[in-house]
Amino acid sequence: MAGPNSLYGPIDPAPDAGYTDAPPRMGFFTDTSVCIGCKACEVACKEWNAVPDDGFNLLGMSYDNTGGLSANTWRHVAFIEQAAPSPAAMDVLREAESTVSTQFLGMPSSTLPGANGREDRDLRWLMMSNVCKHCTHAACLDVCPTGSLFRTEFGTVVVQEDICNGCGYCIPACPYGVIDRREDDGRAWKCTLCYDRIGEGMTPACAQACPTQSIQYGELDELRERAAGRVEVLHQRGVTEARLYGHDPDDGVGGDGAFFLLLDEPEVYGLPPDPVVTTRDLPSMWKHAGVAALSMVAAAAVAFLGRRP
Amino acid sequence: MTKPDQAPQKGGRRGGGKGDRVMVPPAEFRSYYGRPVVKAPVWTHDIAAYFFTGGLAAGSALVAAGADLTKRPALRTTGRLTALAAIVASTYFLVVDLGRPSRFLNMLRVAKPTSPMSMGTWVFSGFSAAAGLAAVAEAAPYLPRRGALGLAARALPTAGRAGGLAAAALAPAMATYTAVLISDTATPAWHAAYPRLPFVFAGSALASGGAAGLIGAPTAQAGPARTLAVAGAALELAATHGVEHRMGLLSEPYRTGRAGKLLRAARVLTAAGAVGALLGSRSRTVSALAGGALLAGSLATRLGVFEAGKASAEDPKYTVVPQRERLGSL
Repeated sequence: MAGPNSLYGPIDPAPDAGYTDAPPRMGFFTDTSVCIGCKACEVACKEWNAVPDDGFNLLGMSYDNTGGLSANTWRHVAFIEQAAPSPAAMDVLREAESTVSTQFLGMPSSTLPGANGREDRDLRWLMMSNVCKHCTHAACLDVCPTGSLFRTEFGTVVVQEDICNGCGYCIPACPYGVIDRREDDGRAWKCTLCYDRIGEGMTPACAQACPTQSIQYGELDELRERAAGRVEVLHQRGVTEARLYGHDPDDGVGGDGAFFLLLDEPEVYGLPPDPVVTTRDLPSMWKHAGVAALSMVAAAAVAFLGRRP
Repeated sequence: MTKPDQAPQKGGRRGGGKGDRVMVPPAEFRSYYGRPVVKAPVWTHDIAAYFFTGGLAAGSALVAAGADLTKRPALRTTGRLTALAAIVASTYFLVVDLGRPSRFLNMLRVAKPTSPMSMGTWVFSGFSAAAGLAAVAEAAPYLPRRGALGLAARALPTAGRAGGLAAAALAPAMATYTAVLISDTATPAWHAAYPRLPFVFAGSALASGGAAGLIGAPTAQAGPARTLAVAGAALELAATHGVEHRMGLLSEPYRTGRAGKLLRAARVLTAAGAVGALLGSRSRTVSALAGGALLAGSLATRLGVFEAGKASAEDPKYTVVPQRERLGSL
């Protein structure tokens, strides 16, 4: 039940929400070092959850024509083209490519794809499948005024679409810009971590569809161990830029239920470098509002009692 | 070996510029193709308008209760009727901005301390009932003296006073919870302003409530409304100045673009209104003009704050740079 860390700090969210016999907390570990940008996760998510299309746009910035997470995009693959920082990073990428049967055609160029061979590429694509973080301290859930957003027994955060009245408060509350309002529908939508599947012991659609195990689903504690091991391996192989994001229960949101292995700074992927749940400051906000409210009372008292008619 | 066409992605755009005073050195930062990190609020100007009408209702209810207790009937009537009109407008703005307006009653499913909107809904509901009762009581003199309506006419003044006092008790919360509501978001310019916005909104509410009194009541009774209007305007100006200048990079959205224009207009209108209120204590016309300026200033303040929040969410600079500075790596 609610305790001193209910708004901020390390905590196990399901018991804090009142579950007495909660199963282990479930989550995603998304290892971007092996993501090949195939977008199978985006498609599988849409298929399983019957998520409408998000417009057939050409954004003209990269292979990413989706842009970001939204009410109609619950998995989003980001593409970042940049100079390769190290040969070691390229080795890791090639290895991931070799696990699938398709051939990487390289960047658009004046020569035939693959004509220069695969060994002399000096740029890389960072690819990352983004998703709702299912925060330990979820601001969207904290601020929802209808109780539509709730914490599941698995520690995830889900919208009940039959209750949401589209007030829109969750949308600016999310420090990651995940949840959004569906325009023709009026309600807020986001990843449910396939609540309907995991309750049946199944794997979420995106993780099921991922061909390189970039998206791994499981018990969060185990995923965190696995991720730490993976970072160690990458560091040993010389990929010093590998780092985890959202894995730390001591971070500003109490750790993410869906965390990542990144190969560059978080903001390069469109992630906030140091997100903090806004409700951490809620007690202080009310205190300031209380002082302002008292100043109104004092002003009114002086205005009316200071003079008699 | 071919060179890549592009340098490593630097999504950073330089800050400042456009002739605005540069208070903060230009920030170099990285981003995902310059796209926003957080989502901008989906709320329309209806919500900014509600911040104004809600503040007006709260300020008017305070004025009405004070006038009731100090026997200023014309000021009381003005305050109560203004509060009622502002509540009706507020209800409209709040419901129409929902994605599913037919489900507005779902707001009353829960009372949730972690949600300022939930707390605000309950404050608004209680305040509306009480202020509505007070306004209805103003009909007492127009009811027949006999029969059931006569009974109501005799009971209404007491009920109206009770309602008016209850509304006044809730008014300070009504005026300031909206500041907590927008501060309790990841919208950079709003969250950073949480120690200041309640004072902006409190001052703005007092100024508009006093202004309504200046417009609606004769100068003989409007003295306290004048005091409140000037005090509120002073608080609004001082607190807004802090928001515009004391928050480093996150003050920038309040000084630039549409928000900057609105807040500059608000400053002129509010200052002119306060001066007019001070100088026009003998003239109903000058008082009413001053009241009009104060109301317009209050509305412009709310719209300006609203726009600043939106602008800060739409540019990744305002999300990334302060967080990088917090991490000590910029």
